[in-house]
Amino acid sequence: MLRFIAKRLLETIPVLLIVATLTFFMMKLAPGGPFDTDKATTPEIKAQLEAQYGLNQPVHEQYFNYLGQLVRGDLGPSFKYAGWSVGELLWSAFPVSLELGCYALAIALTVGTLAGIVASLRKNTVTDYVPMMFATLGICLPTFVTGPLLIMVFGIMLGWFNPSGWDFASDRVLPAITLGLYYTAYVARLSRAGMLEVFNQDYIRTARAKGVSKWRIIWRHSLRGGLLSVVTFIGPAIAGLVTGSLVVETIFHIPGLGRFFVMAGFNRDYTMVMGTVLFYATLIILMNLLVDIVQVWLNPKLRFE
Amino acid sequence: MQRLCYALCLLALTLHAGCGRRETRVEYGNREQILFKGNGAEPAELDPQIVTGVTEHHTIMAFLEGLVTEDPVDLHPVPGVAERWDVSEDGRVYTFHLRKDAKWSNGDPVTAQDFWESYRRILTPTLASEYAYMHFVVTNAEAFNQGRITDFDQVGYKVLGDHTFQIRLASPTPYFLSLLNHTSWFPVHLPTVRKHGLPYVRGNKWTRPGHHVGNGPFVLDEWRVNTVIVAKKSPTYWGRDTVRLNEIRFYPIDSADTEERAFRSGQLHVTETLPLSKIEVYRNRQPEVLRVDPYLGVYFYRLNVTKPPLNDKRVRQALSAAMDRTALVEKVARGGQRPAYHFTPPGTAGYYSRAKVSGDLAAARKLLAEAGYPEGKGFPKVELLFNTSEAHRAIAEAIQQMWKVNLGVEVQLVNQEWKVYLDSQHALNYQICRAAWIADYVDPNSFLDMFLTGGGNNDTGWSNAEYDGLIAAASREAHPAKRMEIFQRAEALLLDEMPVIPIYFYTRVNLRRPEAKGWHPNILDSHPYKYVYLEDSPGGTKASATAGTGH
Repeated sequence: MLRFIAKRLLETIPVLLIVATLTFFMMKLAPGGPFDTDKATTPEIKAQLEAQYGLNQPVHEQYFNYLGQLVRGDLGPSFKYAGWSVGELLWSAFPVSLELGCYALAIALTVGTLAGIVASLRKNTVTDYVPMMFATLGICLPTFVTGPLLIMVFGIMLGWFNPSGWDFASDRVLPAITLGLYYTAYVARLSRAGMLEVFNQDYIRTARAKGVSKWRIIWRHSLRGGLLSVVTFIGPAIAGLVTGSLVVETIFHIPGLGRFFVMAGFNRDYTMVMGTVLFYATLIILMNLLVDIVQVWLNPKLRFE
Repeated sequence: MQRLCYALCLLALTLHAGCGRRETRVEYGNREQILFKGNGAEPAELDPQIVTGVTEHHTIMAFLEGLVTEDPVDLHPVPGVAERWDVSEDGRVYTFHLRKDAKWSNGDPVTAQDFWESYRRILTPTLASEYAYMHFVVTNAEAFNQGRITDFDQVGYKVLGDHTFQIRLASPTPYFLSLLNHTSWFPVHLPTVRKHGLPYVRGNKWTRPGHHVGNGPFVLDEWRVNTVIVAKKSPTYWGRDTVRLNEIRFYPIDSADTEERAFRSGQLHVTETLPLSKIEVYRNRQPEVLRVDPYLGVYFYRLNVTKPPLNDKRVRQALSAAMDRTALVEKVARGGQRPAYHFTPPGTAGYYSRAKVSGDLAAARKLLAEAGYPEGKGFPKVELLFNTSEAHRAIAEAIQQMWKVNLGVEVQLVNQEWKVYLDSQHALNYQICRAAWIADYVDPNSFLDMFLTGGGNNDTGWSNAEYDGLIAAASREAHPAKRMEIFQRAEALLLDEMPVIPIYFYTRVNLRRPEAKGWHPNILDSHPYKYVYLEDSPGGTKASATAGTGH
């Protein structure tokens, strides 16, 4: 197992290098630069600016300089937020996104798997149709609809929660539900499908024939196999959740990572683009590794492969 | 299951009853003199010598004060750090007498030396300050900034004593005092800047809370990125006795919808903007909080005069005349904008353009026919470029339709992402292009000097020696009335040549609670915080709470 993990970790280095290289050159190909504004400054000042950030050097030199910086663990200064470094900004926003992501994930996993299991137990009855209808709705309704809807009802009409902000514990509720709802729906559908598949297996039939109690069949015999697809799904989902969602952050005015991902591109904030992309890539790789480990643990068949 | 339902209902009821109607943030603010302000985007920096945006300006003016400040009502210059000033007869030398009780927030006195050092910093090439050119009206400032001279003593700033500072201008600049309200003229405390990094390059950390030293009515207490900036009343500010707010909290809420919801639920006193779709709702239900004020900006279309068919003046004039500007502002833009029949907004430093664009449709058709396209026949396909935004698309679609119906001319709409659009515009890689200009200072020059030959913001390819001459003459002219006459001629020429088609003059649309007093509408949307205060009036809050649940 340790060898497997070490091997997978070593593999991340070339992957990250490829990601960094592609991002770097694609970014340079995009028209417009970080210092283009609708109020042009003088050409001399623009040249001074570019000199200060090394943008006057040939692109390949910029590339190697950046890689050198990266090896030293420095993500460089943000071009847009002149007084901050990319590292500082990412590290200040990550805990917020992580916290929100964890709540959303917790909601998704508990509510989602429960709904999925309940639905699978009573296939084609009301207790199946109702949660699945909500699951389909949850997948179809984008967060920019559910978010404002929740705010409207619980924030403005009932006045239970602040419609925006991230100051009090209660401010976590609505964004976590908004973000969690979408994933809940997915998890519910996946766990229902997974459980149904397992219920049709011979070993479950055998267990039933032997008179094992219903709950024991569910807990001991079905869950492990039934939730495999959920585990596969949550790897990338975690990476997505903890790196923030621009939409949810914007609707609720939350200082998370999501906005940096999107705005960095719009601002042509080169170092921030690189920083966010590399951060996300690293997280995805780590999460996939984690999922693989969990899967091996859940599914003994894989240990031989 | 049933039991669970009951339990949930009970829980909901207790929660609802328990919370009751909580005191809103605004009500708390009214009591404690804390202003909650929606601030648009997150400020890029709080260093006045590096920032470029309006948001930054509106934040920094709480922390720093220049030689003069502005009157909150009509923006005329009033004493700031300088308690009085003399102007030489030729209008080129300004001597400022600094008040002796002006202090930095660390207790140091604000001296002439501070201004001298600050201006040296902003002009130093390595700092690469984008707004350094605001100083180019000063003798030799441009030469120093471009590295042609290295001795700062040759630049027109002089320390005549601890409290006397002199500025020598390259030419008489009648709007000079209003320039001084721009952030680029604010002083910075150089010893603090030096303490927190290299003073003459970017990336200095002096603007962080705990490091920041300012001389304005408020001090920086807290800065959490994308969350809030907290300004507390300064105990060292010379005019502290007149400052009534105890605190200002700036919330960088970049979504207009989110901001409106925050306002509606009593979290903000003032918003930065208002979604277009909400203007009518507020106009009908809560007119007392809706603010629609004229703003010193113009929305216009640039025409690329280097490419046919727009290299023909008659085509440009025909396109302009075939626009129904009143319909555009009333039916499409719907934010109280005024139709623009000339380029400089009316009343800019008392200037009203006499020249106006024509709205004569018959004449427009005739001009187009003369140019070789009778009833639009044979008119090549022209592209209209705008940066991706629903509002710009709506305007462009309306204009597209007007041109088609009125002139038989077909244009195709093209939208590009902001930076791509800026690049296309600057490289003249367009035919017709949406644009806007918001002035930095109140003077016709701020609008008209854009179209000088080769100007950095010309972006139309238009060049006219007579026009260049007029703008240059205006900058040399010390007599105000004569100078305005020169601008009249320049604007008439611009409107006749028509490298740009003015469409409407901007308004600022936002929401403000009636309790926020001392906040006067003005064309720069500048509201010095030292005059602002909050009146504790429970009646006003209640009215909005009921109206707020309505939509």
